[in-house]
Amino acid sequence: MSTAQMLESDIALGVAVDADQYLTFLLEGEEYGVDILRVQEIRGWERTTPIPNTPDYVQGVINLRGTIVPIIDLRRRFGLPPREYGPTTVVVVLRVESEERERTMGIVVDAVSDVYNLPEEEVAPPPDLGSAISINFVRGLATVEGKMVIVLDIDRLLNADALALASGAPEAA
Amino acid sequence: MSVDIARFHQAFFEEAAEGLETLEQGLLALAEHGGDPETLNAVFRAAHSMKGGAATFGFQALAGFTHLLETLLDEVRGGRRAMDEPLADALLGSVDVLRDLLAAAREGTEADAEALAAAEARLKALLGSGAGPALAGEGAGEGAAGRGGDGGGGGRRWRIVFRPHAHLLRTGNEPLRALRELAALGRLEASLDCSRLPALEALEPHDCHLAWTLTLEGAVERVQIDEIFEWMEGDCDLEIEALEDERPQRAADAAQQVPGPAGRPPARGEAGSIRVSIDKIDALINMVGELVITQSMLGQIGERLEGLDTACVERLRDGLAQLERNTRELQESVMRVRMVPISFAFARFPRMVRDLGRKLGKQVRLELAGEQTELDKTVMERISDPLVHLVRNAVDHGIEPPEARRAAGKPETGTVRLNAYHKGGNIVIEVSDDGAGIDRTRVLEKARERGLLGGDGEPAPDDPAVLDLIFEPGFSTAAEVTDVSGRGVGMDVVRRNIRELGGTIEVDSTPGRGSTFTIRLPLTLAILDGQLVRVGSEIYVVPLVSIVESVQLREEQLNTLAGDAEVYRLREDYIPVLRLRELLDTGREAPPPERRLLVVVEGDGHRAGLLVDELLGQQQVVIKSLESNFRRVEGISGATILGDGTVALILDVGGLVGLARARGRARPSAAAA
Repeated sequence: MSTAQMLESDIALGVAVDADQYLTFLLEGEEYGVDILRVQEIRGWERTTPIPNTPDYVQGVINLRGTIVPIIDLRRRFGLPPREYGPTTVVVVLRVESEERERTMGIVVDAVSDVYNLPEEEVAPPPDLGSAISINFVRGLATVEGKMVIVLDIDRLLNADALALASGAPEAA
Repeated sequence: MSVDIARFHQAFFEEAAEGLETLEQGLLALAEHGGDPETLNAVFRAAHSMKGGAATFGFQALAGFTHLLETLLDEVRGGRRAMDEPLADALLGSVDVLRDLLAAAREGTEADAEALAAAEARLKALLGSGAGPALAGEGAGEGAAGRGGDGGGGGRRWRIVFRPHAHLLRTGNEPLRALRELAALGRLEASLDCSRLPALEALEPHDCHLAWTLTLEGAVERVQIDEIFEWMEGDCDLEIEALEDERPQRAADAAQQVPGPAGRPPARGEAGSIRVSIDKIDALINMVGELVITQSMLGQIGERLEGLDTACVERLRDGLAQLERNTRELQESVMRVRMVPISFAFARFPRMVRDLGRKLGKQVRLELAGEQTELDKTVMERISDPLVHLVRNAVDHGIEPPEARRAAGKPETGTVRLNAYHKGGNIVIEVSDDGAGIDRTRVLEKARERGLLGGDGEPAPDDPAVLDLIFEPGFSTAAEVTDVSGRGVGMDVVRRNIRELGGTIEVDSTPGRGSTFTIRLPLTLAILDGQLVRVGSEIYVVPLVSIVESVQLREEQLNTLAGDAEVYRLREDYIPVLRLRELLDTGREAPPPERRLLVVVEGDGHRAGLLVDELLGQQQVVIKSLESNFRRVEGISGATILGDGTVALILDVGGLVGLARARGRARPSAAAA
C-alpha cells in the first residue's frame, strides 16, 4: 500500500501532475492506465451495499464522506476470473464525465502500480481486433520500459449505458 | 462616478419577474371583477417600475414596450378607458411578450420580433381608438424624441406648481431630475420661488427649500407629467393645471392635489427577508445531514457504554441526548428554510384556466384554497408540471360546455378547485372539478381497446380499479385529440412524476358530479421516516408513510396462484406477496428464518405484502440520491447512510410492485408449463 499512499499524497499535493500523466494499476498481470487528473483518491477495499438488478460487475455502493459512490469490479467488467478481495485490493475513485455531467465512481483493481509520463504521441491507437472483443473503452496502447500499458477511456468504460443491464430482464429468476 | 451596472442586472431580472407575476395576477383580477382601484394601482406600479428599471439598465425594447402598456393602464386608472375584454386580452397577451423580452434580455438573445411587433401594434391600435385621446411618444425607451404626437394633443400648455416638502431629498428623489424630464417633453419655462430659503446660518443643506412654477408647452399629456412626479407623491405639493383649450372634465381634476401616501409603492423586502442562493441552503442541509449521521453514530457508541456505570459515562450520555435534541431541532430549522408556500405553484393557474376556458368555449371559475401551505421548494418545482396536466384535464375533459351544463341542471360556469393542506407529515393537494365525471364504461372500453386489461378478466364498472386504468401508459379517453390535452401521454407521466417524488395519486369520480384527484407528497425530499428491515444479509429502509401494518406470516394463509404468483389472505382480502429476497436478489443462499414477517404496504392505491426476514428499528433517515453518481434503479428510490456509516437502500414501494408485475409478465412460459 505504500505506493498507493505515496501516490495519493502526490496527488493531494499536486506535485508534478500534468496533463500527460497516468496512474497505472494491475489487473490479472496486465497494466492499465487512467488519466491521473481523473483520479480523486485511492482507498482500500471495504464492504459495499449491493444494488439489486444491476450487472454483476456493479459491486455495490459505498459511503464516501456522505455521498453514495458506486463501485465497479473491473475484473468482472472485463470478463476476467473473479478474485478474493484481500488487503492489497484497492479501489481507485475516479471522476467520470458522461452525458454532460460528472459522476464519482470507484473501480476495484488488484493493485496500484505506478505513475508514468505518457505524451500523447506515445500512446498508439489500439489495433483492430475485430468485433469479438469490446475494446471501445481502450484509448490506446503505450510501451513503458518494455512493458505494455493499456490506456483506458474511463468515460466510455463507466458511462450510464454500460452500467445498465444489457436487456431489461434480469438474468435468472 | 462609474458604477458597474451589470451586477445589478440579476436583481432587476428577479424583481421584474415578480413584477410580471403581479401584473398578470392583477390583470386577471381586473378582467374578472372590474376596476378595483387598489389592484389597478398595483398593476400600474408593476408596469411602471419595470419600465424604469429596463430604461435604467438599457433594455430598450423592454422599456419601450412597457411604456405602451403603462400608458394604456394609466388611461384605465384615470377612468378614461374601461377595462373590457379586448383590452384585458391585449394586456394579458402583452404580459407574455414581456416575459419573452425579459428572458431575451437575461439570456442576451433576441426576442421574438414578430410577436413583439404584433403585440405593439395591438396596443397601439387600442391606444389610437377608444375613449382616450391618442398619445404622443413612441415609448420612453427611445428617449424623449417622440414629440410630434399622432393627432389631438399638439400645442398644449401646462402650468405646474411644484413645491417639494423639506424632506424630499432624503427620500432619494431629485427635483432637478423632474425638471430635466419635463424639459425633455417640451418647451419649459421655470420660475424659481426661493421665498422659503432661510438665512445661511439656519440653512439645513439636506432640506429642500426651493419651489418652482413651471410652464410646459408642447404635445404633452397629463399622464406624462404625472409619471414624472410619480415617485414624489406625498413628498411634495403639486398643482398641475392645463392652460387654455382644455376640456372641462380635464380642468376639474387638474388642480387637484396629488393624493397622499396611500398611492405609494409598497416597500420591498419587508419582514427583513434576504435572497439566498439555493446552493448555499443545500450545502447547509447536506452538512446537517452529515451531522445527524455523526450524532447517531455517537449515540450508538453511547448506548454500548452501558454497564460502565461511572459518573463520567452518565454525563457523556446526557451530553449525547442533548446533542440529539439539538441536531434534530437544527435539522428541522434548516429544512424550514427550504419551505415555500404552494401559492408559487398555484400562481399560474388563474391565467391558464381563463385562457383554456376561452379557447374551449367553456365558462370556468378557478377556486384556490390553502395557498399558504408550505412544502419543500424542490417538491414544489417538480409537482408543478403534473398539476398543470391535471388542471388542464379538468378544464378540457371535466368541465362540460355551458349548454351541456345547463341541460344537466348545473350552473353554466364550472368550477375547478385546487386545495392544499398538511396531513400527517405529508402535503395533500386536491384538484377537483364539478364537471361530468369520468365515464367508467368508456374507460373500460378504451382499456379493452388498448389491451390494458390483460388476461385477469374484466373488472366490473363499479370496481375502484377501473378508475386507476387512466394512469396506465397509453391511455386517453378524449374522443378526439385536442391541442389542449388528450395526446395519450399524460396521466401515466403524472403518476410517474409523483411517484418519483415519493408521493401517491388517487382519483375519485362521481358521474355528473365531477372528479377529484388527490395527490399526497412528502413535505421534503431530504429526509423521511423509515422502517429498517432486514432481507437476507442486507438492511433496507421502507418509508413509514407507505406501511399499513406488519403481520407475522402464517404459512396456511399463503397461497400460490398458477404455481407462480403468491397471495396472502389478510382478513377478507387477498394481497399479492412480494418476496424481497428474490426481487432484490439478496441473501437467497441463506436459509429463510423460521418466522417471516409480512410488511403490508400501500402505493398508488395498491396494497402488497413485502416478505422480510426481520423488522429492525424505525428512524428518520437522510435521503441520498443514487442517481447523482449512478443511475435510477427500479424499485429503489434512494439510499441513506446508517449510524455505522454503511449504506442502506430505500425501497420504492410503487416501483417494487411494478417490478414484480413486469417479472410476472416476463415469465408467461413458466406459468404455462
